[in-house]
Amino acid sequence: MSLHAQDDPELRAAQEARLREVWKPPSGLFLRWTDTNNDRVGVWYTLTAFGFMLFAGVLAMIMRTQLAVPDNDLVSANTFNQLFTLHGSMMMFLFAVPMFEAVSIILLPQLLGARDLPFPRLSAFGYWSFLLGGVFVAGSIFFNEAPDGGWFMYPPLTTRTDLSGLGADIWMLGLSFIEVSSVAAAVELIVGVLKCRPPGMRLNLMPLYAWYILVVAVMILFAFPPLIAGDLLFEMERLLNWPFFDASRGGDPLLWQHLFWIFGHPEVYIIFLPSIALFAMLVPTFAKRHLLGYPWIVLAAVGTAFLSFGLWVHHMFTTGLPKISLAFFSAASEAVVIPTGVQIFVFIATLWAGRVTWSTPLLYATGSLAIFVIGGLTGVMVAVAPFDWQAHDTYFVVAHLHYVLIGGTLMPLFAGLYYYWPLITGKKLSDRLGRIAFWMLFAGANITFFPMHFSGLEGMPRRVFTYPAELGIGGLNLVSTLGAYLFAAGVAVVCLDLALSPRRKTGARNPWGAGTLEWLEDPADDAHWGVRCVPLISSRYPIWDQKDFVKKVDEGRFFLPDAEEGRRETIITSVLDARPVSVIRLGTPSFKPMLTAIALGGVFILTTFHLYWAALACAFATLFMVLLWLWTGTAEIPEKECKPIGHGIKLPLYVSGAKAPGWWAMFITMMADATAFSGLVFGYFFFWTRHPDFPPADMAAAPGAFWPMVALAVALVSWTLTVAARQLNAAGSVGAARMALAAGAAFSAYGVYAGLAGPWLSGMDPEAHVYPAIVWTLAIWTAAHSGVAIIMQGYTLARSIAGRMTPKYDADVRNITVYMHFFALTAIVTYATIGLFPGVS
Amino acid sequence: MRRIGASLAASALLSACNRHQSALATFGAEATNIRTITIALVVGAAVIAAIMIGVYWRAVRAPEGQLTHKQGMRLVLWLGGIGPAIVLTVILIFALPAMRPRVTGAGDLTIHVEGEQFWWRVGYERPGGGVLVSANEVRVPVGRTVAFELTGRDVIHSFWIPGLAGKMDMIPGRTNSLVVRADKAGRYRGVCTEFCGLSHALMAFDVVAMEPAAFDAWLAGQARPAAGAGQGEGERLFAANGCGGCHAIRGTEHNSRIGPDLSRYGERLTLGAGILPPTVERTAQFIRAPQEAKPGVRMPAYPQLSNQEARAIAVYLKGLK
Repeated sequence: MSLHAQDDPELRAAQEARLREVWKPPSGLFLRWTDTNNDRVGVWYTLTAFGFMLFAGVLAMIMRTQLAVPDNDLVSANTFNQLFTLHGSMMMFLFAVPMFEAVSIILLPQLLGARDLPFPRLSAFGYWSFLLGGVFVAGSIFFNEAPDGGWFMYPPLTTRTDLSGLGADIWMLGLSFIEVSSVAAAVELIVGVLKCRPPGMRLNLMPLYAWYILVVAVMILFAFPPLIAGDLLFEMERLLNWPFFDASRGGDPLLWQHLFWIFGHPEVYIIFLPSIALFAMLVPTFAKRHLLGYPWIVLAAVGTAFLSFGLWVHHMFTTGLPKISLAFFSAASEAVVIPTGVQIFVFIATLWAGRVTWSTPLLYATGSLAIFVIGGLTGVMVAVAPFDWQAHDTYFVVAHLHYVLIGGTLMPLFAGLYYYWPLITGKKLSDRLGRIAFWMLFAGANITFFPMHFSGLEGMPRRVFTYPAELGIGGLNLVSTLGAYLFAAGVAVVCLDLALSPRRKTGARNPWGAGTLEWLEDPADDAHWGVRCVPLISSRYPIWDQKDFVKKVDEGRFFLPDAEEGRRETIITSVLDARPVSVIRLGTPSFKPMLTAIALGGVFILTTFHLYWAALACAFATLFMVLLWLWTGTAEIPEKECKPIGHGIKLPLYVSGAKAPGWWAMFITMMADATAFSGLVFGYFFFWTRHPDFPPADMAAAPGAFWPMVALAVALVSWTLTVAARQLNAAGSVGAARMALAAGAAFSAYGVYAGLAGPWLSGMDPEAHVYPAIVWTLAIWTAAHSGVAIIMQGYTLARSIAGRMTPKYDADVRNITVYMHFFALTAIVTYATIGLFPGVS
Repeated sequence: MRRIGASLAASALLSACNRHQSALATFGAEATNIRTITIALVVGAAVIAAIMIGVYWRAVRAPEGQLTHKQGMRLVLWLGGIGPAIVLTVILIFALPAMRPRVTGAGDLTIHVEGEQFWWRVGYERPGGGVLVSANEVRVPVGRTVAFELTGRDVIHSFWIPGLAGKMDMIPGRTNSLVVRADKAGRYRGVCTEFCGLSHALMAFDVVAMEPAAFDAWLAGQARPAAGAGQGEGERLFAANGCGGCHAIRGTEHNSRIGPDLSRYGERLTLGAGILPPTVERTAQFIRAPQEAKPGVRMPAYPQLSNQEARAIAVYLKGLK
């Protein structure tokens, strides 16, 4: 019987040395910030989000101090409005969502036994965008220019430039920038979960955290784009005076509310489900058994996600909607309790069936559940429309949402913090400080928010900078304020515990005795390779169930134990059953992600200050950086076709089409793009339902059918040529493929003209009425996509000519074909809507 | 038995609180109905919370293996799935009737209210035709159906009289209807509940529920000009300083509809949309520096007026009743 190659300790040492060298983080004052490795970027991301949370918390303390007594004048109305707007916006956009993405960037590769996520540079780009946009938005308060229209930014208060200032632009553009980075992270996480699992980890063996990440990232993909579409309309109204939300020119403020809450309600579950995911990791550990009812909880998570997109109207119960939709949305809102209930009882049943070991993380999880259940019960109450008519926009809802978010996001994150801190630093946090902090937080949250149920029903509206003494709610408010101070002190104790951590000594590996893959991490070893080798998985809890699992991993007895070519690599597997498909080379440390983020940030930030030429220059810089990044870092033709990964398996180093992560990333990005586009189309038809005649009968200017049909034909020709180029290239007719691409680019260029010609030549004035405004918007959106098509076709052509794309190595043309499919769909919908719909309606 | 317990609990909570701007101290049929729903929901929520705590307590203390896999799945199914489904269905059926608005008839009173930064324009449809304009105060007859027709002039506001009914948004370009019936005479208060800008917190109004006969007499009387309208030093100053450019006083040349109608200012219960006592002193101060009482108010300041002049206008306005 032949010995296993990995039996040789010298070979193992050599492999380890090579891996260590390859994954060595860049050092030095500047170079260290070029790092793209998930363990570094994830930690930066987490710390930054935590910092924003503390900042937004301080804002809340100022508010609570102002409201401690009636008729207080600690801060002015102006300051107070900035405080609550920024508090809400930051907690949502700069803490809750990014925090989940940050933690996932740290944990996901570990959980999946991968060396890193498929696009490490994209993670870095997301982080730098987040930091830049976050500092921009948060910093505005120091200049007394913070947004002051509420985190929901309802027009017309926020779109009328005589009623709102720079703050509204800062909110829209700064947070749009961050939304872009959130979508980028979602793409990264989805592809990571689908394509970077270790061999053998079929979908039904996936750790629940990965399931939840998948669900939540898909939700981000469908929830954020409508908001981005709304942001676009919003800024066009503010900067160009296009009247989307101005009732006097045919617009409707309610369109914003729909687009905002189609985002805003799923958002609640986007930030709640990752916390459930943390519970799903730590409950089995402390119950010392598998989670009971794995398929149920997965279905419940998917069900919650699905339902959450059908509930947005319950934020609009007081807008005067038809009664039948009230009843429907009341029922839908309550239905979401059922999957949530299933998830909670899965944990309870697991604890019941197992042997519970009490620990600080479990204490936090228990407290979170208690708080969350109260928030859930008041949630059922506000889902009942008549009750909501009273509670809506009062302190009752303030109480409800804080119970949900503290119990459903913040406290679970503290549970996760106490649970995963040893994984990241190798040191446990203090049990004593942790418990003290827990009781302060738990008591503080209840003392702060429980009285608010009563102050709300006693007639205290939300977003008031003061209230009269005669209302008799001074006592309730004083109690709330004292509770808030206690809560803040609890957070300070947690921070103290974290600050003391570096002085403590490194503890044992897997200190909680958990069964999932991430605990392979050895704190005594400072290796940055993620995993020593990519394991073969046959259980949901491999450390518990698979024989000698940790030892085998440590000795590199599974796959890809080496880095012979000195490249960062990880294994790509198939989506459903995780069969190895290929080895991909990962991005290495680079300044490009950071510079791209800075350039893109320039576009958003300079636009805020109406510096359009400078913003345009930044847009070109962004384009240049993106092309440079793609040209030098993607679809690289490998030096050899295949490489062995151990156990006699050889995998290709280059795949394209649906096997490749890049193709999936393009597909997923375009799903988000199509969703944003459908937000705009929704706008068109929303206005159509609002007006008895749309297009308005007295509006002579219309795009007509001719130019839209020409533009559609041109778009379809460009699409056909791209598909033909892909086929010709694959068949070896490189010259013909190049000609098809060149012709496609020419048609795309003409498509830009033809698309805009309809509204342009007919002299449609977008400032006059919402009809020309929305037609122009759809035309510009599609023309801009035609413009991007030129760049893509030109880029692919250049790659072919430069020898970076060949008939065998054809990822570029396959990826742009995905783009062109979506582009063709966009063109069909746009031109049919603006060109043909007026004729048939 | 349970009802008594619930009302006892509710009244204990109420004892320390206000009686004129509260969803728990109601004076209208709609709000009373919702209060009943509220009490039922709170009791139900408390029972469910107690069950959850009990089950959790049991779960973490149970020895290993006390619950088999099959039993565990049954627990999830019944307590997590079927149980909530039944409870929620019951709640929905229970609450559905309250979603149906009160039916209005031809003779019912219609009151138009328009929200504006940061005050309320009120118009009563009079029985004989025509609209009586007032501001920052809503009067309703007890026992009769009243339909509010609500809209926003500049931004979105929301019209909420907690003791009377739930709230309804006032949205530019739309007219929302809120149909109510007051059951108990008295003085109450309403507020704006949609964030509407700088002084959102200072946008309230008085609500007076009157016996039907008194209401009819009041409405008929309002159409006549007030006794002192158009006379005296105050009127001269009012006209000379251009107050009539925005405000109207029935029976005088001032009929602008930009700002609040002041025809019966002397009868108003508050100044500045429900925020200040309408004394001569406060009124004069408000005229000279409205921004101090109400940041972001549209009314320009009149610092050039002397104290005496401002007081003269205030005295004139106070006399309009």
